[in-house]
Amino acid sequence: MSSLLERLAEARKSGDVARLAEAIPYARWMRIAPENGTGELLTRMRYHRDLIGNTFLPAIHGGTLGAMLEMAAIFHLLWETETETVPKIVNITVDYLRSARPLDVIAAAKVTKQGRRMVNVFAEAWQDDRSKPVATASAHFLVTSTDEAPPSL
Amino acid sequence: MAKSLTTHEERVALFQTLFSDSIPHNKALGTKVLAIARGLASMQLDWREELVGNPETGVLAGGPLTAMLDSCCGMAVATLLKEPMPFATLDLRIDYAKPAVPGQPVIAEAECYRITRSVAFTRAFAHQGDPKDPVAAAAGTFMLGTKGIPTAAHGFRREAKA
Repeated sequence: MSSLLERLAEARKSGDVARLAEAIPYARWMRIAPENGTGELLTRMRYHRDLIGNTFLPAIHGGTLGAMLEMAAIFHLLWETETETVPKIVNITVDYLRSARPLDVIAAAKVTKQGRRMVNVFAEAWQDDRSKPVATASAHFLVTSTDEAPPSL
Repeated sequence: MAKSLTTHEERVALFQTLFSDSIPHNKALGTKVLAIARGLASMQLDWREELVGNPETGVLAGGPLTAMLDSCCGMAVATLLKEPMPFATLDLRIDYAKPAVPGQPVIAEAECYRITRSVAFTRAFAHQGDPKDPVAAAAGTFMLGTKGIPTAAHGFRREAKA
């Protein structure tokens, strides 16, 4: 059993979903963590200078938005579905809608289609106004344990 | 950038400055520009514990690859700009073909295969030494003439020697 699934069991017991991120070095480094204070599972990327991709605007690097949308989809699958394996990402398509300012980025995800082996997830990221998303993504995840190890988790 | 760039080393150094050292996130990732040619760009990302997605396997998270492929595709676009112009990623698709081997660097190779007045189209692969055995593939589209300052990396005007 992976340490992430152990963390998931602990997080469920304590009700504190943020513990999921502690098992992922990249999530810690990026300051990406899930939160469920509002009753809805959200994923937050805390603003810090290392996220900047354009110093003139300034704007957050598009790659970091893709990364946090991917993490938001994974946290959503772990927390909201009855998963017994860590979802393996197959691919992700990110649409960039607005430049992201030097502020926290928040994302929510939902399952578009749950199959036996494959799940399609949609995720949306915003900053201070949820009606003005900065980026959206759709991603496929394998949710069976028989395939090769995934690149991410 | 009034000076016309003539050597590959000068171009690599210019792109390293503009696309790695002066972009805080790329600097934090520690990306290194390997090669620059007209329509083509290559970049390296070294393995590091902080970039790992699964501490049990040491495999890199998807995020660092996404950020690196985005930047590499952007550099390929910049090589084809006839004049300095700001641009931004419109969409980016990443296929995760297989896990990156822990401890080894990942190399991205991007091509901008079509550029119009408003949009540039790119493809990229990430591999660990064998381009025919990629860890990830990317397709990125870029919007040209967006807000911001022009990227001065227009070192590939027609008269520049490739």
